[in-house]
Amino acid sequence: MSEKHRGRHEQPKDTRGSGGLPGVLKGLATTARTAMRPAHTAEYPDVAPSLPPRSRGVIALLEENCTSCMLCARECPDWCIHIDSHKETVPAPTPGGRERQRNVLDRFAIDFSLCMYCGICIEVCPFDALFWSPQFEYAETDIRDLLHEKERLGEWMATVPPPPALDDKAAEPAEVAAANRPARTPRAPGGAAAARPPRTVRPKVVREDPT
Amino acid sequence: MTLLEAALRAVAALAAFLVLPLLVGQAEHKVMAHMQGRLGPMYAGGFHGWAQLVADGVKFLQKEDVTPAAADRWVFRLAPAVALVPYLLALALVPVHPGLAAVDVPGSVLLVLAATSVGALGTLMAGWSSANKYSLIGGLRAAAQLVSYELPLVLAVASVALAGGSLSLVALADAWSPWWLLWQLPGAVVFLVAGAAELQRPPFDMPVADAELVMGAWTEYTGLRFAFFLLAEYAGIVVVSLLFAVLWLGGWHGPVPDALGWLWTLLKGLAVALVVVWVRVAWPRLREDQLQRLAWLWLVPLALAQLVLTGTGVVLGW
Repeated sequence: MSEKHRGRHEQPKDTRGSGGLPGVLKGLATTARTAMRPAHTAEYPDVAPSLPPRSRGVIALLEENCTSCMLCARECPDWCIHIDSHKETVPAPTPGGRERQRNVLDRFAIDFSLCMYCGICIEVCPFDALFWSPQFEYAETDIRDLLHEKERLGEWMATVPPPPALDDKAAEPAEVAAANRPARTPRAPGGAAAARPPRTVRPKVVREDPT
Repeated sequence: MTLLEAALRAVAALAAFLVLPLLVGQAEHKVMAHMQGRLGPMYAGGFHGWAQLVADGVKFLQKEDVTPAAADRWVFRLAPAVALVPYLLALALVPVHPGLAAVDVPGSVLLVLAATSVGALGTLMAGWSSANKYSLIGGLRAAAQLVSYELPLVLAVASVALAGGSLSLVALADAWSPWWLLWQLPGAVVFLVAGAAELQRPPFDMPVADAELVMGAWTEYTGLRFAFFLLAEYAGIVVVSLLFAVLWLGGWHGPVPDALGWLWTLLKGLAVALVVVWVRVAWPRLREDQLQRLAWLWLVPLALAQLVLTGTGVVLGW
């Protein structure tokens, strides 16, 4: 009978409680060892929890960046973002110029009783007006009190952590690259074309005659 | 004995009865928590939750005292007292200091054993009178357990009484010598196991097995009466631990001077109580048949063998 077949008919050896000690003594040893170690308890209200850096606690609003474009409100799967705005006319900066219009945000509110913390609003905001904050202590006794206006959302900006550092060999962030580019030199009135050849023209190759 | 001295002794016994069980209960809270990787009570009283059991007592005081309509009213209401008072008597009998017990009678060994047995009667009364099937099963399991474990308990104590040649706890503790640690070891093990079973503590808590019987005989109890049962359980731990410390660990015999004998006895008792707690945390509950098997097939023969050994030793003059 091969080794493989024998195993099926015989009961496997009961290894519980082995290791030199009967099970009851092992139990005593385990509890004693646990008692000697520090407890696992997180003393939450007394000791703040250490949250992972990308915790989704609450959504904070940076009001200055918001253009009332409504992208976030329209992308929100459960329509928990309320935005009211009006247009203001900005007088022309120079005489004879055209008047401009700009959006002014009147109300920005997120109903956290509806929000499902998907983060789509934050992803979709083109102006970096919304951020994840790890702050999570905003429970209320009445569900209606979970509708938070822009003042409260703005207060949470203080708790938004700085963005994580880039990897070692990552490309420069676009903003930095743009800022570091050398300023465009103003074109000299005469002879500028001679100083800088047009880019479409192939530079002339000068070859020395071998003979 | 003057009236004043009697009053003083009574007050001392009552104070010990109210303080020591709470001390053991608090120790159980904290030790069990740390053995399970927790912290236990941390708030009540400020420093590491030292007043948790006081807070629990206040909470029990505020609860409604319910007596089920179908219950046997007087027996139901009397049961907690029957469970609690005998342990008060037993605690008063245990000597903690050289020649000093709150109640000093010649046959204190017998009286202690009798008193602790009566305490178990309270559980039976509670189970029988509650008009609840869980209570009834719990009460009957308690009765079966007590019948089984009373015997090895008494046999183990009888062995010590034989070795010391007395039925007085004070005289037995005085007669103690370190040689007993080895000579009376089987009896000591039997007493500790049977004592834990007598108290219906895990791993012998079949009568209150909460997964099967809700809370056994205590199911219908609320408020202060329920608290009395709990107090009786912890007072029982104190009595059994102190009894073990006095009879097998030599009570006040120790490296400290006689003036501190009471401290030495209490420390030994606390160590035994911690072992009782430790066993509770580490071991699962025995099944009803395993419970009976352990008592009749292991503890009773072991206790009888110890008795034979002790008798031989006494005759040969060890």
